[in-house]
Amino acid sequence: MSKKKEITKAKLDFKTDWAYAPAPEDSGHISLKKQYDLFINGEFVKPNSKKYFATYNPATEQKIAEIAEADEKDVDKAVKAARKAFEKWSKLSGKERGKYIFRIARLMQERAREFAVIETMDGGKSIRESRDIDVPLAANHFFYNAGWADKLEYAFPNRNPKPLGVVGQIIPWNFPLLMAAWKIAPALAAGNTVVLKPAETTSLTALKLAELIRDSGLPNGVVNIVTGAGKTGAAIVNHPDINKIAFTGSTDVGKLIQRSISGTNKKLTLELGGKAANIIFADAAIDQAVEGIVNGIFFNQGHVCCAGSRLFVQESVADIVIRKLKDRMETLIVGDPMDKNTDIGAINSKEQLLKINEYIKIGKNEGAEIYQSSCAIPSKGNFCRPTLFLDASQSHRIVQEEIFGPVLTVQTFRTIEEVIEKANNIPYGLSAGVWTDKGSKIFNLTNKLRAGVVWANTYNKFDPASPFGGYKESGFGREGGLHGLMPYLNL
Amino acid sequence: MSRIEIQKTYKIFIGGQFPRTESGRYYPLKNKKNEVIANMCLSSRKDFRNAVVAARSAFGGWSEKSAFNRSQILYRIAEMLEGRKEQFVSELLLQGVSAANAKEEVTMSIDRLVYYAGWCDKYQALFSSVNPVASSHFNFSVPEPTGVVAIVSSEESSLLGLVTSIAPVIAGGNTCVVLASESKPLCAITFSEVLNTSDLSAGVVNILTGNSAELHSHFSSHMDVNSLLYYRKNKNEIKTIKENAALNVKRVHIYDKIILNSDKSQSPYFIFDNQEIKTTWHPVENIGSSKGGY
Repeated sequence: MSKKKEITKAKLDFKTDWAYAPAPEDSGHISLKKQYDLFINGEFVKPNSKKYFATYNPATEQKIAEIAEADEKDVDKAVKAARKAFEKWSKLSGKERGKYIFRIARLMQERAREFAVIETMDGGKSIRESRDIDVPLAANHFFYNAGWADKLEYAFPNRNPKPLGVVGQIIPWNFPLLMAAWKIAPALAAGNTVVLKPAETTSLTALKLAELIRDSGLPNGVVNIVTGAGKTGAAIVNHPDINKIAFTGSTDVGKLIQRSISGTNKKLTLELGGKAANIIFADAAIDQAVEGIVNGIFFNQGHVCCAGSRLFVQESVADIVIRKLKDRMETLIVGDPMDKNTDIGAINSKEQLLKINEYIKIGKNEGAEIYQSSCAIPSKGNFCRPTLFLDASQSHRIVQEEIFGPVLTVQTFRTIEEVIEKANNIPYGLSAGVWTDKGSKIFNLTNKLRAGVVWANTYNKFDPASPFGGYKESGFGREGGLHGLMPYLNL
Repeated sequence: MSRIEIQKTYKIFIGGQFPRTESGRYYPLKNKKNEVIANMCLSSRKDFRNAVVAARSAFGGWSEKSAFNRSQILYRIAEMLEGRKEQFVSELLLQGVSAANAKEEVTMSIDRLVYYAGWCDKYQALFSSVNPVASSHFNFSVPEPTGVVAIVSSEESSLLGLVTSIAPVIAGGNTCVVLASESKPLCAITFSEVLNTSDLSAGVVNILTGNSAELHSHFSSHMDVNSLLYYRKNKNEIKTIKENAALNVKRVHIYDKIILNSDKSQSPYFIFDNQEIKTTWHPVENIGSSKGGY
């Protein structure tokens, strides 16, 4: 009896038998300055306030560089530069505009490894992800959109698309370079000029992008990059000479922005929070589904607006799925983001780690059963073990609210009607995942799930040709693909 | 002895029924000679909330109807309107519209319905895409209706403004709650009778009469409304609407410059304004050595 029991529980013990030797990525080849200024009108200029703030490596808590803090005057300067540049840029032929954007894509590909290393140092994501996903995708977004610049009239039948003018773009810290590319590339292809603000904890790759843009010969003022925190963002949102705001970030800030510009004619796109359902049916390929669950919630430390943070497992397979999931979680390596073996890097900031830990406390108090992998985590830096909450219920705050960390809630279901109801019963609607072997079930689900992106038998895939964006309180407007051009054009 | 005419009681249209406003309030509608033509319902916040409940419960069924079926129902609305042309013309005359303009307004409204009836099963092809992603996935994007749409329709027009605002919304599979023109409300209620006899499911279109100054803030702050369309020019109302919309990230479209009797005020892009783009990914199996070609 006891022997049989042991066999069903048998699994590989990675900690004893499969010790990985450290495989650190080299950071000797990157070039970083001690201090970064604002990129306005094609050159780096000192901030009006003369104030700088430090940016830290969240894995080591070491200071990397100082970043200029832009105030209203700096933002005004950037908007004026963008407005002046708009006259010529919007009149440049699409063919020539496209060539500049192609150039940026190529330069980024050439310097990809440097960008990946800096992205990981500044943001805490594993080098494998920044090297294989963030940076190549960022370059691809420029390459993809470059080709649209001289073909816009084919994209929207019976319309004569025209650029909007100066666009203000505010991006988050979870995919710093990739978000900058998502924002800048379609804006430029459509003939707009840009004032972009990266998140204050992850300014470096945007500033490296500024250097690259300067090297590309893009006309001065077409792209301006101003750094700072919420106040700088507010200065962009409230600037009277901006024609459009594009924001990616939290739903709370998104709502604030929507309200702030209510008295104006500014156009708006919002890419906000999410709380995606990842649904596993009994007929799914279980091992692949488990990989999908792991990729859905632990990719990028769970700092993903479209993370599959609510797992729904059909009751008949719940036991086996959860057992396999726990086993798989045991194999995840949490630690030095610069190590090529690392699966889960550092939480982006102290603040965010506090927020995640607060939610873990809330989850325990709400009565859900917690499970965390037993992996070691570094004593220094911001780290969080991959975490499950079993037996979570629909009314729990950990089920309703976005945690933005490696924390997954698990609910079970019996019928398809039940899971659709539960999946949709939330203010968010950014993404969803479905795992089943049955095509007709996939199409039923993809029709009924109120979410902008549905991954069927896969999860967390992104591509410049693929539109991304939410339903309901996850925002409006799309980024990527043909549909991603629309918010940057007057049709 | 001459016959005594039967006068019509104008009520509101919620969930396929014609109730009076729950508030019991009314406002008198007068003609040029300052005679009362009708006592209109002065709809309340509660009426609006009831209408949203009706629209929400109708959304599932309407959005899942086949596009072809929706197309036939919109065409049916046009048929019903065509058959009752004279009634609408005489109502427009009663509200002070000239004979020539009244006739034009009615025929244009019918034609606009036919125009959108035809779009019901075509805009999807226009706004969809198959996206050639670089990984081994099949990836496509399709438009889906946004949900419940609140509409403050044109004040200047009794019928054409109503049709212009409703047709693209329901053609796209949404349901709606519409505030009719306050000063020209008669056709809105008669049009409700047309809708009610056109196989349009109850609750897909709900029409209230009343005052925008009172209702616009409720229209825009309701948490179960997904999108708001505003066809008037009041700058303060526009600001409040946009501000309140942020409560639940409503989509807002301000059509303050629209010219109703122009062909420019009808296009599939008006349908698109109340669509969400959904993208679906699925892996493509890519194993073995089989190759395409011959």
